[in-house]
Amino acid sequence: MALPKRIIKETERLMNEPVPGISAVPHEDNLRYFDVTIDGPSQSPYEGGLFKLELFLPDDYPMTPPKIRFLTKIYHPNIDRLGRICLDVLKSNWSPALQIRTILLSIQALLGAPNPDDPLANDVAQKWKEDQNAAIETARQWTQEHAKP
Amino acid sequence: MDSDDDFNSSQLSDDEIMDDSDVALDDDSDFEMDQDDMGFDSQDKDIKPAKHAYEVDFKVFSPQQIQSHQDKQIEEVSNILGQPPEATAILLRHLRWNKERLIDQYMDKTEETLESAGLGESSESNPPKLEKIAGFVCDICCEDGPELDTFAMRCGHRFCLDCYRQYLFTKIKDEGEAARIRCPGEGCTRIVDSKSLDLLVSESLKDRYHELLTRTYVDDKENLRWCPAPNCVFAVECGVKDKELMKVVPTVHCDCGHYFCFGCSLNDHQPAPCSLVKKWLKKCEDDSETANWISANTKECSKCNSTIEKNGGCNHMTCRKCRHEFCWMCMGVWSEHGTSWYNCNRYEEKSGSEARDAQAKSRQSLERYLHYYNRYANHEQSAKLDKDIYLKTEKKMTQLQNTSGMSWIEVQFLDSASQALQQCRQTLKWTYAFAYYLARNNLTEIFEDNQKDLEMAVENLSEMFEKPIDQLQGLKVDMLDRTAYCTKRRIILLEDTAQNLRDGMFSFELRKS
Ligand SMILES: [Zn+2]
Ligand SMILES: [Zn+2]
Ligand SMILES: [Zn+2]
Ligand SMILES: [Zn+2]
Ligand SMILES: [Zn+2]
Ligand SMILES: [Zn+2]
Repeated sequence: MALPKRIIKETERLMNEPVPGISAVPHEDNLRYFDVTIDGPSQSPYEGGLFKLELFLPDDYPMTPPKIRFLTKIYHPNIDRLGRICLDVLKSNWSPALQIRTILLSIQALLGAPNPDDPLANDVAQKWKEDQNAAIETARQWTQEHAKP
Repeated sequence: MDSDDDFNSSQLSDDEIMDDSDVALDDDSDFEMDQDDMGFDSQDKDIKPAKHAYEVDFKVFSPQQIQSHQDKQIEEVSNILGQPPEATAILLRHLRWNKERLIDQYMDKTEETLESAGLGESSESNPPKLEKIAGFVCDICCEDGPELDTFAMRCGHRFCLDCYRQYLFTKIKDEGEAARIRCPGEGCTRIVDSKSLDLLVSESLKDRYHELLTRTYVDDKENLRWCPAPNCVFAVECGVKDKELMKVVPTVHCDCGHYFCFGCSLNDHQPAPCSLVKKWLKKCEDDSETANWISANTKECSKCNSTIEKNGGCNHMTCRKCRHEFCWMCMGVWSEHGTSWYNCNRYEEKSGSEARDAQAKSRQSLERYLHYYNRYANHEQSAKLDKDIYLKTEKKMTQLQNTSGMSWIEVQFLDSASQALQQCRQTLKWTYAFAYYLARNNLTEIFEDNQKDLEMAVENLSEMFEKPIDQLQGLKVDMLDRTAYCTKRRIILLEDTAQNLRDGMFSFELRKS
């Protein structure tokens, strides 16, 4: 199936005007599959980490959102053990006018502002609420252990 | 539990039940109900019987009726607000069909209300239309060109027609959305109104769209619910609120014949309240492994150890080999049942030192659960077996009818008996879940007595079906009597339990796992 104009344009723009701290490179043999990296935002427990993700554009993209998950282990209340992400714009608030770059920016923002009240990883969210300092420390340790650039 | 559907579908209507029980009422001395409550007013036969405590008011609606209700309400509110029907429909759906709230809110803050429903400004002056715009690039497909048809609502988020159509198709067809489809624009909360939809969607999709809109009318109303029976298109209206469900078990009867609980949509589960049913079903599912042995269909005769298979619904077993008579449920001697000694339905709590030991305690709690589960599962199973036997009997009766010239109406007593049996077993089944969570107080015994009486009545009727076919015709009067008695015992149990539930006389140990 020919690649829709929309995906071609988006890919071009991602290559030509990359977003600082974010990279998304399509596979040569499958232009709907992207290798993504996101730098941990500064002043967050993820600072200094480089997080790998995979991104896939389903057939009915952009009517349905891209499928994204973290490949790097991360300690975060809205990201579960399998790397799945709880983010409104990837679900009910998805709009076909949103793009890969805006979604990746939202994910980067989520790293800077975890939301334990809308958790995906319940045990992590619990910790985050009970003892935020300890949870942040754990997140920092995990970043050191698993997200070394 | 999958048997429920079978025996809920063609039961007697309430009126028929009343008539049947009427017959046997007079000669019964221990019938303690208030005559008025039961609705048997001999003075004036035309007066509609007063409601039983276990019954709730409800109404059944066809899809056409639902549509016309919806249209009427839209028209009424449209006149009050001075908004066109399309906009009014959106406003009503936006506020989940809460008419009063909409009117209040609209009178109070008109612009905000319109805005929040995605209708900002007047939606009349400028009807939605397709436009070709020079230099336009669609943000969704990245196509451009002066010939491209485009569309935007008043929010100004403009996309090409193809993308808009595909977006609506995804929402309606794949996601089943209708009343609250938002503008495809990023972060835009404007709702796509029905005029825009009329312009944009294809005919085939319109049907589905209107179907979904009608569904939201029922889904959004607290007092309306779809009948859960497969392929049923009716909805039922009932005033019982969620917060009342610990005090009332709102069984309703759809025009398709299905009895279901308005509170939770499960099959009729009177007398047990919804929350208790949910807990019980969960428990049975969790404990199904442990409890499995119980539903086995064979047992050994406690006297001669020969294997006995249960093939009818009746619990009164007679060993083919040694003629030992016993109760299938407790394996106790049958002669001790059916008299004042009868206590098969009651679990005697073993007290004393044994319970102090933690292990014994857990064994005891399992034993206790199994006691109730055993009886619960047994009635479920027996209902199936009763039905099987009835179906076989019915077949033979039809043959008999053909050869002996007996009329259809003359064999109807078997049908009534079978239906009463199904309904009573359904009730009995749930009395055991009810009893499992029931905290002991002075009412418990009355409840257990009612349960015991119904159980006896049911077994007495059930065993009739095991009689040889050629005797059945001669047993007609006896059978009619037993059927009426069963139905009456059921009504007494339900009436009594519903009354006490309503008055808050029962307490439940819901923390019991
Ligand atoms: Zn387009
Ligand atoms: Zn918009
Ligand atoms: Zn129905
Ligand atoms: Zn219920
Ligand atoms: Zn025997
Ligand atoms: Zn027994």
